[in-house]
Amino acid sequence: MNLSAVRTRRDTLGTSALRPDGGPKVQGSFAFSSDVWADNMLWGATLRSPHPYARIVSIDISEAIKIAGVETVVIAEDVPGQLTYGLIDSDQPVFASEVVRYMGEPVAAVAADHPETCRRALAAIRVEYEVYEPHINPEDSISGAVPAIHPNGNLLRYQRIVCGDQNATGPIVVEGEYEIGMQDQAFLGLEAALAIPDRDGAGLEMIVATQWLHEDRKQIALCLGLPEDKIRLTLGGVGGAFGAREDISLQVHASLLALRTGRPIKMQYSREESFFGHVHRHPAKIWVRHHASADGMIIKIEARMVFDGGAYASTSAAVLINGVTHIQGPYRCANAIVDGFAARTNNPPCGAMRGFGVVQACFAHESQMDKLALACGLSPVEIRLRNAIRTGDRLITGQPVESVAPVERCIRETDAIPLPPDMTPSPHELSLPGGSGRTADRRHIVRGVGWGVSIKNLMYSETFDDFATARCRLQDGVVTLKFATSEVGQGFVTLAPQIARSVLGVDTVIVEPMDTTIGSAGSTSASRQTWMSGGAVDGACRLVRERLFEHVAKEHNIDPLRLEIDDTDIIDTFGTLRIAVANASAGMVFEETFEHHHRPTEDLDENGQGNCHVAFAFVAHRAVVDVDTELGLVKVVQIATAQDVGRALNPLSVLGQIEGGIAQGLGLAVMEEVLMVNGIVKNPSFTDYLLPTALDAPEVVAVLIEEPDPQAPLGAKGVGEPPCISVTPAIAAAIRAATGRAITRVPVRPSDICL
Amino acid sequence: MSIHLPQTLNEALHMLQVVPHAQILAGGTDFMVEVNFNKHGVHDVIALRHVDELKKWSHDTVAGVVTIGAAVPYADMEHGELAQLFPALAEAARTVGSPQIRAAGTLGGNLGTCSPAGDALPVLFALNAVINVASTHATRSIPVADFMRGPKRNDLAQDELIVSVTIKTVAGWQGYAKVGTRNAMVISVASASLVLDHVNNSSRIALGSVGPTIIRCIQAEQWLQGVYDFTSHQALDDSIATEFGQRVSQESRPIDDHRSTALYRRHAVGVLAKRLLQRGSAQ
Repeated sequence: MNLSAVRTRRDTLGTSALRPDGGPKVQGSFAFSSDVWADNMLWGATLRSPHPYARIVSIDISEAIKIAGVETVVIAEDVPGQLTYGLIDSDQPVFASEVVRYMGEPVAAVAADHPETCRRALAAIRVEYEVYEPHINPEDSISGAVPAIHPNGNLLRYQRIVCGDQNATGPIVVEGEYEIGMQDQAFLGLEAALAIPDRDGAGLEMIVATQWLHEDRKQIALCLGLPEDKIRLTLGGVGGAFGAREDISLQVHASLLALRTGRPIKMQYSREESFFGHVHRHPAKIWVRHHASADGMIIKIEARMVFDGGAYASTSAAVLINGVTHIQGPYRCANAIVDGFAARTNNPPCGAMRGFGVVQACFAHESQMDKLALACGLSPVEIRLRNAIRTGDRLITGQPVESVAPVERCIRETDAIPLPPDMTPSPHELSLPGGSGRTADRRHIVRGVGWGVSIKNLMYSETFDDFATARCRLQDGVVTLKFATSEVGQGFVTLAPQIARSVLGVDTVIVEPMDTTIGSAGSTSASRQTWMSGGAVDGACRLVRERLFEHVAKEHNIDPLRLEIDDTDIIDTFGTLRIAVANASAGMVFEETFEHHHRPTEDLDENGQGNCHVAFAFVAHRAVVDVDTELGLVKVVQIATAQDVGRALNPLSVLGQIEGGIAQGLGLAVMEEVLMVNGIVKNPSFTDYLLPTALDAPEVVAVLIEEPDPQAPLGAKGVGEPPCISVTPAIAAAIRAATGRAITRVPVRPSDICL
Repeated sequence: MSIHLPQTLNEALHMLQVVPHAQILAGGTDFMVEVNFNKHGVHDVIALRHVDELKKWSHDTVAGVVTIGAAVPYADMEHGELAQLFPALAEAARTVGSPQIRAAGTLGGNLGTCSPAGDALPVLFALNAVINVASTHATRSIPVADFMRGPKRNDLAQDELIVSVTIKTVAGWQGYAKVGTRNAMVISVASASLVLDHVNNSSRIALGSVGPTIIRCIQAEQWLQGVYDFTSHQALDDSIATEFGQRVSQESRPIDDHRSTALYRRHAVGVLAKRLLQRGSAQ
C-alpha cells in the first residue's frame, strides 16, 4: 500500500525512469489493497441475485444472523442515506430492495469473523424471488416494445449528430453492420477495501483500490448520510483498473458494515465475484454507410449506433457520446447523420473501459474504410492517407481539431516499419496458430495484413471540469509531492518525480500516500492523468521554483527573471552565479498547491453540434496475422504502430502502455468476451474468459511520434487508451485479408473463419 | 474438516476406508478450482503428496509395458524417456495449462475428474490404457474405455484409489492435437489422438470434448484399415485422409456450450483426424 518512493537517480523528464513499485511487484512484495489487515477485523461479503430480472418477494436474514461469528447482516432498509448511487445518474441501488435487474446485483451484505462464516451466512439468507423474463434486447428497450425495467426508463441516452448537407451523396457507397462483444477489464488485482470506523462511529477511514478517491468519497458519503469530511480515503495498492474501478463496487457495503459493527471490515472479491462486481465494455451494434467520391474522398457518413448499457446507467451516457462523436474516425467528413442510443436491459451494467465508446466506433469505421478502399480500387493505406484529418479540420460535431493531428505521419511511419519475415519452411510448432495444441502444419497457414487508425478524445467532455490538484514542498533540497492521483499501474508515481526533478533541479523526490487530505485529482481514466495531474504537479513545482528564485535573487540582489535551473543548480543567465538547489533551499521550506484545469468544453446541442471534447490523440496500427483457415485459429505475428504521443516523458512507460494496450485490443479481436445467455453470464472465470497469454502476444514494433501539443502542460498527450483502439480492427482486417471472410463481429470466433 | 497426509499407499487406502466422504487431493489443479467455486461442502481431505509410490513410473522392456503412477505430474511426461515411449502423451501433456499446472497436475487427476475435456484421456483411449485401482481389500484393472462412465463419472468406488495406468508400447506412429481458442493454457474445444500400430496394421483414434465421454471411432478405424496399409510407407492419398476425417467427424457427438458450438466441434475434430493421419503417414 505504501507507494512513497525516494529516488535519488537523476531521472528527469524524457528519461526512461524505472517504476518505484516495479521491483516489489515482480518480487511479490508489493502490498495490494487485498493485502491490508487491521486488528480486530471482520470480513464482509455480498449476497447477489442469481436472476437477471426478478421481484424480491421477501428477504429473511433470521437464520444467517444466528450463525456463530456473524456480526451483522445488512439489506436495503439499513442504508442510512441515499439508497442509490452512480457516476452520472444515481440510479443503482446500494442493495436491491424490490427488484433485481441483473444477474449478480447485490441484495445483502454480511460481516463475520471469517470468510467461511461469511459464506455460510450468505447461504443462510432466504430470498424469495418472483422471477421475470429478462429484457435483453436493446432494440426492444429503444422501441418501447418492453415495459420500463427501471423508474428512469429504458433509454439511457439518445444523441443525434446532424452536420452539413443531408442530401449529399457520392458515386461510391459502402455500408455494413458491425457488432462488438462485451469485454471485461480483467485487471489482475481484484476489488478490495478495508473500512475502519472512527471511535465515535461518526465517520470512517477506507483503504481502497480505486480510480478516483474523491468521487468514491462523495458517493459513499451520500449513501451513508454523512458529510464528506467524515470519510477519509487512502489509495490501496491497485493492480490495474482499465475503467472497472471508476464505479463504486464494495465501497458502500464495507463502509456500512464497519459503521454497523464498529469494527474494521475487510472486503475482497474473488475473480468470479469481480465479473459481477464491476461494469464491462458495452456490447454494441453499429450500422454505417459511407458515401465517397470515385477517388475515395469521404462525402457523407450515416450511422446508427446501439450500445447495450445493461441494467444501470453508470457512464453509458458519456460512452455513447464518445461513440457517436468518433464514428467518423480520424478522417475528414463534411456531412453526417448519426443516431446513437444507449439502452437499458437486464444484462450486466456496462460503463467505462479503456477506449470508452471509441473502441466500438473504431471497429465500425475502420471496417468501412477497407470496404471503401476496395470499392475505389485503393490500398488500405492510400484511402486513409487521402482522408486523414489535419489540425484545423472540423469534426462532424462542428468542433475544430486544435490538437496536433499527425494522422498522416502516423500512417506513413507505421507503413515504413518492415514487415516480419515470411514464415520459415519448418517454423517452431508453438509459433503457429493453435500454439501448444499442435493443430497446424506450415502448409495450413495463410498470412494476412490489416490496418487500423484511430482518433481518441483526451480528458472528460461536455462541460465537465475534471481538474487535478497537486502540492509541492521543497525543503533542504528535497521535494515532497502530494496528490490524490490514483496510481493504478499507469506510472504516475514514476512521472511525478521526473517532473519535479526537471522543474526544480532536485534529486530526491518523495511521493506521499494518495488520499483525500488534498483536493481531487480527477479519475485515472480518459488518458488524462499525465496531462491533468502532470499539469498540476508541474504547476505546483513551477510556483515553488518562483519562490525559490525570488529567495535566491533577493540574497544576491538580482532580478529573479535572470535565474534558471541548470541540472541541479540555479544559474544566473546574465552573470556567473551558480548555486546548487540543495544549498539554495537549505533551511528553507517552500510549499505551493496548484490546480490544473483544462479549457472548458460545451454540451452537444440536439443536432450533436458543440465543442464537447478537450483534445485528441491519434494512432495507426498494422497487424500481420497467420490464420489456419480450416480450423479458424489465429496467431497475431506482429503489430506495427506509430502513435501520436506529443512528447514521450518516459519512453519506457509509453512503450509499456503501447504493448499492454495492444494485448488488450488483441484480446477483444480474437478471444475476450463475457458470454451471456438470456442475461446469465456463462464464463465468469479465467478458465473460460480467455486473456491473451505470452504465446498469443505479438511482436510489437512501435514508433513514437513526438510533436509536442501546445495545449498540453508538458507537451505530452495521454497514451493509455489509443494503443487498444485501432489494433482490434487492424487484426480483424488482417483476418479478412487472409480468409476473404466478411468478419463483421469481434471477438472473431474460429467458426466465423472456417464455417 | 481435517487433512490426512498418508505416507504410503496402504496408509492412503486405509484412510479411504475409515474416513467417510473423503476427497482425494493430488495436484489440486481441478479440486482447488472447485473449492474456490464452493462446489464442495466441508469434507475431509486425503492429500497424496507424501505417497511416493504413486509418483513413480516403470518400464518392463520384456513385456513392452509401461506403468505410470497416478501422481506422476504432466511435467514428467513432456520430455525425456516417457515422452519418447509415448509421444502422443507428451504432446497432450504439453497442452495442459501452464508450466506451473503441469508441475502439479497428474494423470490420476484427469482420470479422477473424468471430464471429456481431460487432455490426456484421448491418448489413454487411443493407447488402450488400463487403469489400476485399489482398495484395502482388492485391486482391479479396468480398460480405460470401461473406466470412464460419462461426463465426470467413472467406475471408481468410494473406497478405491487410482493407483496407476498401464500402457503397452506400440511400434508405429502416435500423435495428439487439441483445438482451443487461445494458443496456450486453454481448455480443449476438440481434441484427438491417433495411434498407428505398424505391427497389427491397424489404427486407433480417440476424441476429446466432442461427446459425453472420450469417443473411440471404431468404424472410421475399420474403414481405414481396409483402404490403407500402414506398413507400406507409401504416401497417403489426400482423399483417404479427407474421408477419414469425415468419418471420424460423423462419429463425434458434440454439444453446444459456452466454449464452442456442436457444429464447429464436429468440423474441427474431423480436421484434426485428417491432419493427424497425414502427419502419421508421412513418417
